[in-house]
Amino acid sequence: MKKQVLTFRVNGDEYEILIHPKTLLADAIREHVGLTGTKRGCDTVSCGACTVMVNGMSVKSCSVLAIQCEGMDITTVEGLEENGKLSPIQRAFLDNGSYQCGFCTPGMLMSSTAFLNEMGDKKPSEEEIRESIEGNICRCTGYNSIVRAIDAVAQGKYKEE
Amino acid sequence: MSHKKFSVINTPVHNIDGIAKVTGRATYTFDVKLPGMLYGKILRSPHPHAKIINIDTTRAMELPGVHAVVTGKDTLGIKQGIWRRYEELCDEQILPLEKVRYIGEPVAAVAAVTEEIAEAALDLIDVEYEVLPAVYEPLEAIKKDAPTIHEGVERNINVTRHIEWGDVDEGFEQADYIREDWFKCSGQHHMCMETRAAVSNFTPEGKLTVWTSTQSAYYHQALLAGVFGLREGDVRILAPYVGGGFGGKFEIDSAQFCSGILSMKLHKPVKIVLTREEDFIASKRRTPMFYYVRTGMKKDGTFVARESRMFSNGGAYTGMGATALYLSGFFHSFPYKWQSYPYDGYRVYTNTMPSTSMRGFGAPQAMFCSEQQIDWMCADLGLDPFEVRRKNGHTEGYEVPGQAFIASCGLEQCINEIEKWVKSKGKLPANRGIGISSCGFMSGGIFNWFDSPYSFSSAVITINVDGTVELHVGCQDIGQGSNTTMAIIAAETLGVKVEDIRVHSGDTAHCPADLGAWGSRQTLMAGNAVKMACEDAKKQLLEFAYAEMGINIVYDLDIKDRWVHIVARPERGMKYEDLVKKALRAKDGQRIMGRGYYTPHRKGMISPAYSYMMQAVDAEIDPETGKIKIHEVMTAHDCGQPINPLGLIGQLEGAASMALGYAYLEDMPFEDGKMMNPNLVDYKVIRAPEMPKTDIIEIDTYEPEGPYGAKEAGEGLTNPTAAALGNAVFNALGIQMKELPITPERVRKALAEKKEAQK
Repeated sequence: MKKQVLTFRVNGDEYEILIHPKTLLADAIREHVGLTGTKRGCDTVSCGACTVMVNGMSVKSCSVLAIQCEGMDITTVEGLEENGKLSPIQRAFLDNGSYQCGFCTPGMLMSSTAFLNEMGDKKPSEEEIRESIEGNICRCTGYNSIVRAIDAVAQGKYKEE
Repeated sequence: MSHKKFSVINTPVHNIDGIAKVTGRATYTFDVKLPGMLYGKILRSPHPHAKIINIDTTRAMELPGVHAVVTGKDTLGIKQGIWRRYEELCDEQILPLEKVRYIGEPVAAVAAVTEEIAEAALDLIDVEYEVLPAVYEPLEAIKKDAPTIHEGVERNINVTRHIEWGDVDEGFEQADYIREDWFKCSGQHHMCMETRAAVSNFTPEGKLTVWTSTQSAYYHQALLAGVFGLREGDVRILAPYVGGGFGGKFEIDSAQFCSGILSMKLHKPVKIVLTREEDFIASKRRTPMFYYVRTGMKKDGTFVARESRMFSNGGAYTGMGATALYLSGFFHSFPYKWQSYPYDGYRVYTNTMPSTSMRGFGAPQAMFCSEQQIDWMCADLGLDPFEVRRKNGHTEGYEVPGQAFIASCGLEQCINEIEKWVKSKGKLPANRGIGISSCGFMSGGIFNWFDSPYSFSSAVITINVDGTVELHVGCQDIGQGSNTTMAIIAAETLGVKVEDIRVHSGDTAHCPADLGAWGSRQTLMAGNAVKMACEDAKKQLLEFAYAEMGINIVYDLDIKDRWVHIVARPERGMKYEDLVKKALRAKDGQRIMGRGYYTPHRKGMISPAYSYMMQAVDAEIDPETGKIKIHEVMTAHDCGQPINPLGLIGQLEGAASMALGYAYLEDMPFEDGKMMNPNLVDYKVIRAPEMPKTDIIEIDTYEPEGPYGAKEAGEGLTNPTAAALGNAVFNALGIQMKELPITPERVRKALAEKKEAQK
């Protein structure tokens, strides 16, 4: 198969890359765009370490071909902060100690961000929060500190003045 | 109490590498990319036991893009192992010359310009095997007619370990009630989110640099130098951020070894990252154990005798498994004062993946057997399980005969707290039960089978002109937060703030040697080294302060929150950063440096200090399906003085999730030596919706050997959970679970047997 040109936006920047049509989005982000915050922890779409947002929806980037993302907006963990200012969920993760080894953290943050965006002003139940990160495995924390962080943001504790 | 007056210790601080981790800036070995780097892949044995007759690499070498193919013949053929002091326990050639002993064992490795080409080249390597009869279970492998896995090792017995005190015959004679049980404890995979990975870069100067996901940079420096015939000083290990360890990342793994051999052959950087499947089948695992336990009790619940025999499935090689054999036997006696206790452990080779240390280090298995049997005996005798545990439990000042001295112990308070909590729950609905388990754990091992010539932990601090501090440590942060712990201890000791400390770790070229992250050793051992280094530097600073401030020498000076002051009159003082500047001038421009180290002496056989805990698990079991729902886990915990409260909660919750996984979800079934679920679809770990509430009650104790009174926290919390869940199932349904994990099938089977017995 011949390589193809893919044009998409990653964290607001437009990229034009030449890829094999079988290239996964995860590998396009890591190898071609060069953003290594997005991780990979399995080969079976099970662990969620590669979660990014595609047009605002959380997607496991090992489950889609990069070429399917033509013209789309991709947000990775590197896109959460603005000019060095961390996003609410990033700050909540710091305050709650919601990471240990940190390898699942980028994916966890992307699932949480997509979920919180989707919730808007609605306050989710603990069960809903837990379900929102069901696709992300964390081997270190036992999840509860992550649930507390998401809840804190949902409760408005990190709202801008 | 003076030890309570802290500025930094036990205050909530952010993890010092938190921002790197929540912004994607933290780079792991998985992310390392060097100019001109090649990618490696490993060909693995499809047979559990086979002679290697011939390996033909011609076709693979011809594939465009392939730079090298290596086999055992390209290595020095050194049999290596982490128990370096004992030649017979160094039994593993990664890329073996003569035969393979488990499915997944490396037989050849390829370096190519892309991972895809390297992968394709594996199919072009022709290996001729002579398949040999294999054996997979320890109780089969010790039989006379079992296949020999390692030449000259009789009955495949790899290591034995005997622990004994007291007169067991006399003990059983005193017993009013004796019970014996067999238990089968399963393996468990570390399942680190970052699979094993290495980037090796051998350059024409004859020096090797390896980026790797490790729990001990120093161990890997020494071990890799050994197998490659290099001087230790010519091997540099860089451990950037490490994506989890849990006991599985301090022996040489195939990614490290094969990338190293390939890089040495090619003088180019070579990267190997194991796939999740490779990581499952060909790394290591928690040691599966068969336990025979015979226990004697008096009518009043006094423990008089326990006799245990354990057969562990060692898999194909020794590794850290030899340590687990000893520690399992030792902690099987915990946390009680047995009048007599003989333990015989047998580690048996089988044709399965090697087993090793994993969080808890043999203790979760030991507690599963011990703590359940105690509850069953209490039920048989009509005794209160809390009372019996209190009666026999360790107390401060107790000596485990010939093994250990207990200088601090909060067990009784732990039992009291959990008893209160359980009683506050009142009567539970049908099919629901709360089970308890107590245990203890070590704060670092004092044995030196690695034969390290260095202190167990070391630290060096240097103070810059503006008062900021460079702290160099050899201890390894694998996510448990040791860099933060060390920064807290340094800031407290020196009298500055956490943000003044920059921690350098994970680089053998710049950091002092340290045995690394295992056996819960770093808070106590590296913490003591850091404290000593900071006290050394602080003493030098205060010498200048006396001169500068012109105060009476009988006054005590101290530094707190960057303020150098007279202890009795804290308002009289000077700024720490001003003092540092002046001290620099006074020393002809030399920076203030402090050095510290820790090596345990006269602390018994096992560890300088022990933590204690009791845990309760509240679970509901569906008697129709056998499915378990965990409602809550409550733990009372004595870890001495907590250092980092946020980190401590994280350790507790993380341990609970891993230990619950071990208790009822995670399993590694093998068929004919082949692991049947080597992926994250079939290997079930706890996910967020199943994770229960896990609260903690901290018991206040002070450990004299630990820095500021601190001891182990986090690993030991993996120990009680499987036993506590077993006891919850017993209390809910009256069935005795003797095999792990407690799956719905096993619950249903036990219920059917109970029904049958009642007929």
